[in-house]
Amino acid sequence: MKENYAVVVEDLWFKYVASKDYVLRGVNLKVKPGEFVVIMGPSGCGKSTLAYTLNGIIPHVFKGEFKGKVIVNGLNTLEHTVSELATHVGMVFQNPEAQIVTMTVIEELSFGPENLGLPRDEIERRIREVVKVARLEGKEYRPTVSLSGGEKQALAIASVLALRPSILVLDEVTSMLDPIGTELVSEMVVKLNKEYGLTIIAIDHRVEWAAEYADRIVIMDEGQILGEGKPEEVFSSPDLVRKIGFRAPQVSELAYELIDRGLSVKKIPISLSEAVETYSKLIDMIMKGEWRPLKNEK
Amino acid sequence: MRSEPIIKVENVYYRYPPNIWALKGVSLNIYKQEFIALLGQNGSGKTTLAKHLNGLLVPTRGRVLVKGIDTRKLSVAKIARIVGYVFQNPEHQIFAKNIYEEIAFGLRNIGVPEEEIEDRVREALEEVDLRKPLDTNPHFLSTGEKHRLAIASVLAMKPEVIILDEPTTGLDYKRIKQLMEIIYNLYKKGHTIILITHDMALAAEYCERAIILHNGRILVDAPAREVFSNIELLAQSSLKPPQITLLSIELNRRGYPIPRDILTVKEMADKITSLLKTY
Repeated sequence: MKENYAVVVEDLWFKYVASKDYVLRGVNLKVKPGEFVVIMGPSGCGKSTLAYTLNGIIPHVFKGEFKGKVIVNGLNTLEHTVSELATHVGMVFQNPEAQIVTMTVIEELSFGPENLGLPRDEIERRIREVVKVARLEGKEYRPTVSLSGGEKQALAIASVLALRPSILVLDEVTSMLDPIGTELVSEMVVKLNKEYGLTIIAIDHRVEWAAEYADRIVIMDEGQILGEGKPEEVFSSPDLVRKIGFRAPQVSELAYELIDRGLSVKKIPISLSEAVETYSKLIDMIMKGEWRPLKNEK
Repeated sequence: MRSEPIIKVENVYYRYPPNIWALKGVSLNIYKQEFIALLGQNGSGKTTLAKHLNGLLVPTRGRVLVKGIDTRKLSVAKIARIVGYVFQNPEHQIFAKNIYEEIAFGLRNIGVPEEEIEDRVREALEEVDLRKPLDTNPHFLSTGEKHRLAIASVLAMKPEVIILDEPTTGLDYKRIKQLMEIIYNLYKKGHTIILITHDMALAAEYCERAIILHNGRILVDAPAREVFSNIELLAQSSLKPPQITLLSIELNRRGYPIPRDILTVKEMADKITSLLKTY
């Protein structure tokens, strides 16, 4: 029996018409329904391109050389249109200004369902539902320009949710928000995953957040997946983290730094609470004169 | 005794039409060779304040003095020689057909003689480590390179104060580190840097003074170490200390010999390894 996956990417290669070289170079990725995956990697590593392949924008809108295949909810993206795929995979981008197309909150939320040709009462039912999830109750008739950055991004997510996708792809959705907006949107995303069971594939630079909520972190560089695993597995590999020059949680970086200096840190902490335990013990040992140097101490 | 401030902000109020008060009585002094973090939520007045420092905006009430002269009496071109402003999105700033023209534009505007321009262009590009032919079209640069070009075009005017409005947005960590090293070098050479950012860890790592704006007023203006380790104060503006500072606060609370105001990973590592010598 074949296992059921929300997303299957198989040996995917892609080159934009204008690009010299392949931007994706043999990507393989399987995501289970309800999984929370965070993709990380330096700019230009191909992570946004990968995201575009998940709802068919690549190769239907952005054209180029496409090899391999992408299957979402059992549908091969090559065989289905972007509008069909949109009811399976919702996608939200970085800039909230760039994806809001109407004048008021309610128009924005009805835009997608209207285009699907849904009956009026169904559209209304869906709007009531997503307004609640996005915490925009009472703001239905507000002009979209009057919303804060975080509210705009919550609205962008809500308008995608109105199409009832089971998979949500988020491309750095908080990177242009202030801390309050970031919190609002992050909470919404976590809730959609934990309470509503949506599959989340998020591209995000915020390591502390990924470490806390992701089921799996995927690290990309130069069009390939370099490593993946649970957050504690990924961040316990300083070599991988440093190779692509990305920031681990500060408490993990502290462990790398101490290991470099010859101290033994057995389990690399990724969250603050783990770090407090780990470093309390370490300092206890030091204060009792019991610390052991690593074998490879220089 | 400290030298005269380069910029004095005196009880500044600013009203956007029709009646939104973005600044409500802000006063501060900016001196030579400072590295200042300007923090606060969107809408707190950060960018409005920053635009007062280089004369893009003039106060509705109160005054801003640059080198002792009221900005109302100075042209923006004159102030640009003293206070440079790098916008958040380099796309909003870059417009010329090649790198040379991009940087030369500002220099011509402030009246630098043509024979001096090429040297200043090259110098500025070297400073930001952007090694590209001068006829390169800026729109074909990567985002990181565009940022550096935007900084170079401000730098070429040799301003004493450089304001950077969220320069790290959209950059990955490697590029952020490179950019911050360039900015830090400018500070070491004597420039004053004003960094507008939401990245607390980054601000804590580089800045020596932190100003938090909240609802158009200064919530705090103090040494960075005091500000970044004050959980309650930061919370008033919905900000949090960096993770490493939270760790130091908790270890300190549990009675370990770790100060409660550690700001960087390196500082914490130094502190822990120094315990090896004590015990």
